[in-house]
Amino acid sequence: MTGANNFSVSGYGPARGGMSRLLARDSLARRLDWPILLSALALSLIGSALVYSATRNRTEINQGDPYYFLIRHLMNTGIGFGLMVGTIWLGHRTLRTAVPILYGLSVFMILLVLTPLGATINGQRNWLVAGGLSLQPAEFTKITIILGMAMLLATRVDAGDKQYPDHRTVLQALGLAAVPMMIVMLMPDLGTIMVAVIIVLGVLLASGASNRWVFGLLGAGALGAVAIWQLKILDEYQINRFAAFANPDLDPAGVGYNTNQARIAIGSGGLFGTGLGHGSQTTGQFVPEQQTDFVFTVAGEELGFVGAGLILLLLGVVLWRACRIARETTELYGTIVAAGIIAWFAFQAFENIGMTLGIMPVAGLPLPFVSYGGSSMFAVWVAVGLLQSIRVQRPMSA
Amino acid sequence: MTNIPETGRTPRVQIRLVVIQILVLSLLGTLGGRLWYLQIRNGQEYAKEASGNHVQQVVQPAVRGSILDARGVPIADNETRLVVSASRTDLLKMKDDGKAVLTKLADVLDMKPEDVIQKVRLCDAKTPQPCWNGSPYQPIPITDEATAKQALQIRERSEDFPGISAEPEAVRRYAAPGKANTAQVLGYLSPVTDAEITQAKDSSSPYLRSDQVGRSGLERQYDKELRGKAGVTRYEVDNLGRVIGKAKSDAAQSGSNLVTSIDSRVQRVAEYELDTAMKTARQQFDKITGENYKADSGAVVVMEAKTGRIVSMASAPTYDPNAWVGGISAKDYKALTGKNSDYPLLNRAIQGQSAPGSTFKVVSTAAAVEAGYEWDGGYPCTSSYSVGGQVFKNFEGENFGPISLGRALEVSCDTVFYGLADNEWKKDGGINPKKGEPKDYFFKAAHQFGLGKETGVDLPNEVTGRVPDRQWKQSYWKANKDVWCKTGKKDGDYVQKIAYENCLEGNKMREGDEINYSIGQGDTLVTPIQEAMIYGAIANGGTIHTPTIGKAIVSADGKTVQEIKPKVKGKLPISKDTLKGMNSALEGVVTRGTAAWKFGGWPQDKITLHAKTGTAEVYGKQTTSWFATYTKDYTVVMTIAQAGTGSGASGEAVRNIYNALYGVQADGSIDKSKALLPTPQKGLPKIQTDGSIDTPEIAKDPVKDLQASESPSPGATDQQLPAGTTPSPTASNRNTRRRTDRPKKRRGTRILT
Repeated sequence: MTGANNFSVSGYGPARGGMSRLLARDSLARRLDWPILLSALALSLIGSALVYSATRNRTEINQGDPYYFLIRHLMNTGIGFGLMVGTIWLGHRTLRTAVPILYGLSVFMILLVLTPLGATINGQRNWLVAGGLSLQPAEFTKITIILGMAMLLATRVDAGDKQYPDHRTVLQALGLAAVPMMIVMLMPDLGTIMVAVIIVLGVLLASGASNRWVFGLLGAGALGAVAIWQLKILDEYQINRFAAFANPDLDPAGVGYNTNQARIAIGSGGLFGTGLGHGSQTTGQFVPEQQTDFVFTVAGEELGFVGAGLILLLLGVVLWRACRIARETTELYGTIVAAGIIAWFAFQAFENIGMTLGIMPVAGLPLPFVSYGGSSMFAVWVAVGLLQSIRVQRPMSA
Repeated sequence: MTNIPETGRTPRVQIRLVVIQILVLSLLGTLGGRLWYLQIRNGQEYAKEASGNHVQQVVQPAVRGSILDARGVPIADNETRLVVSASRTDLLKMKDDGKAVLTKLADVLDMKPEDVIQKVRLCDAKTPQPCWNGSPYQPIPITDEATAKQALQIRERSEDFPGISAEPEAVRRYAAPGKANTAQVLGYLSPVTDAEITQAKDSSSPYLRSDQVGRSGLERQYDKELRGKAGVTRYEVDNLGRVIGKAKSDAAQSGSNLVTSIDSRVQRVAEYELDTAMKTARQQFDKITGENYKADSGAVVVMEAKTGRIVSMASAPTYDPNAWVGGISAKDYKALTGKNSDYPLLNRAIQGQSAPGSTFKVVSTAAAVEAGYEWDGGYPCTSSYSVGGQVFKNFEGENFGPISLGRALEVSCDTVFYGLADNEWKKDGGINPKKGEPKDYFFKAAHQFGLGKETGVDLPNEVTGRVPDRQWKQSYWKANKDVWCKTGKKDGDYVQKIAYENCLEGNKMREGDEINYSIGQGDTLVTPIQEAMIYGAIANGGTIHTPTIGKAIVSADGKTVQEIKPKVKGKLPISKDTLKGMNSALEGVVTRGTAAWKFGGWPQDKITLHAKTGTAEVYGKQTTSWFATYTKDYTVVMTIAQAGTGSGASGEAVRNIYNALYGVQADGSIDKSKALLPTPQKGLPKIQTDGSIDTPEIAKDPVKDLQASESPSPGATDQQLPAGTTPSPTASNRNTRRRTDRPKKRRGTRILT
């Protein structure tokens, strides 16, 4: 960590000034992971165009202003970008010390959702509405779970005490993840639970925890799913949403309709799509939730295979670079955080796009960077900040 | 912060990170593959589905062309009615499938809620009428007789009536100008069926879901021309059906107008006279059956002799074609087509056929001349003609001695024709004709006259009639011999005996067959239109025309006129001299023959009238009356089933039709101002570019006007007869069959004139 010690995050900014400094070998600009940054930016901008196309005619929600959602999406992107900068500036190691506070805060916020301060939208009580602003605090628990688990699992390994986290630490980490997950279950926000489970799996894998834990957790997950099914813990609409992706006839007017229309929208795009703003499915508002969960259908219809493929490619770049960051960082803490983020992004993207393509059950999950929604946007940009921070703060190989 | 590089990079973590990376990539790969599958591999299919999703067709029906009579009076046109319709798609979106709305609607329309609900259900195998058999996406008409007030109620409270519309729409109207209903000639419309849509899909004139299709008569014959082309506007709509753009628009093209040769005034007269004649006949007593004549059906055709154009065509019993407009009710449909109906949809002028009786003798006369018999030869008109123990009697056993062919035609002497036909039969080799073709002059002539096949009149479903020649006998025998041979008994009743004989030699031309045939009895069948065609040809000097009703197809703006020219079908196989002889013989029928008792006081010197009466036997029924007449311009043929003799049943009616045409008054004078159509209508009515038509005035009921001008009333003509200028030699000493004092037409034995 010798090189790293020379680097001072507080030196970030124009203090030293000048192009030469920016391009200096050890400058922050050179150490940032530009492919991730640019891909995330590109995804957010493509997202803003898609959100605009999906909402410009929806007078019942855009308050008569066709640019309402476009502007807000861009604003969210800007705030997200700021959060990323802040995250890099603080650095993940600094944040490491603040993890207990952040964790406590996020748990408190999701608890608030269950109080009268929370709001139910689309059958899910996962919103906090205050003073015209609405927030989905569950999005941030994804980050705090990652950070919290990473902290617990990596402490003794990074200190050199152990090669792998022991059972007790793993148990503590799982307990830490379980608390917010249980609260989220009460909302119930199934999508977030699914993502959290995958995050836990990814974190455990990357931590080097015993295989028994990994497979045990997989088995427990399977058992849990069966239990949930049998004990009717889920509401009927959630079960329908699950089953109808494979068989739209099961719920032809509800989820079946959604998936069917989504598939028609994407399928009709062909190679080059109809052109932005010219998709009949999009203009005709046949696909529900098109600016949020089903935003990918806009890309499929209006930008075609080329445009939708570009989104996949950009997501691929983010994930590929994130994997490199996870592998190249020297601290287990950084590795675990990166792996958690990879698991989060990869699963959420796969679930979101997969449901529009009819290969995954329908669950209310936004497509990172692309879907409209402030909370999600902030959370993913913070995650990008964490990835950048991990990359920036590892010692240069040279 | 020491030793970190070693501890963080354990191989286990390193391997697991690679596993994560591979997993992530394979997930993305899966998405890419699926994306390719949907967009590239199946893209076309989804594109099709998407376009079906968001495009709604709105059909503006083309205004169907009018059918006009020869002077431009519309006999079928459109009127604007307030049509209340329900959109099934909208109703089904409601929780109770729209029942509440329909009930409310029924209340406004003063209808029963069940009736309204029944009207909007879809027809299928299990659903009886009333039901909707058009497209479920097309608004379903509930009523086309909404009042302005009802329509306003619905439109003003549209939020109370979602899915219900009240719009003025063009609805077919059979106007019956001057009370001429012309029902069977016009035909009717009904909604297009799925099968028809599929069938016509790739043709030059595909159907639209909303189309009404001509089902019979002129509406069917000229359906393509009358229908026009519906306008289709394709709107792009969103998921709630809101219009978000216009994709494509084809303006509606109004259908063309059909100008016919029908004259509504004459049509009315013909219909009225046919109806009156039938009613009168029902008052007459039939000696043979011992009850009044049933006179259950009839037809009359008035045709231009020189062109074959139909001036009027009436068929009885008849119906009101407006019953079909706006969907026929179950009750009406049953009344028109049910087992107990009298089949008023049949146009008996082209679909009714029976033996022609003595009207057929013009064919036999021509055949005799063809066969080489001298016109002026003396042919014995004996009181009976015996063949192998079978006695064929002349009508009422009359005996005129040796007479010419002309005279035989005039007095309708059966035995002359028996003799000639029998002679020919023998010449052809008798029951087993010698090798080589038998000459069959009598049958050949019938074919040359155009009998035994459709005349080709521009109406659908014409029947052929029948010439019972050797070929027909053979095929008929083949088809029936099994039944005949099974049921036939040598010593059984009449039917069994006939069956027995038919079984033995029904395939052969027997002597009696040809003898019967020569006077239009037996298996011969003709239609009124065929009779009109052949008598028209005799009238015009021998040219057979295909009868036509359509005269021109004029585009809605009157700019394009496609004339339908009279079609020459052939020539009668008669020389000029023979025709002359026939003409004078048929004139004699009017002046002193079988029709003279009905034409006393007729201005024969000014309007030369020719006629032939006929009375055809039908087994098990009363006789069919035939009356075929012509002047130099017109041919009028009337037939009434189960009504007795030709002149007796139809004489007055036909005379009244001529009176109307020429303006002949009861006293025989001609009042040109009263003449409806002294010469056939020339030229076409003018249709303006805005679609309006120069329509002449038409009396409310031309019959009334005529009756007013004819005094004394038509019934009085009979009394004039004894004092008539041309008393018939046969008209005097006949016993009266009718209860009135009218002289009776000859009538008696099985064989009739």
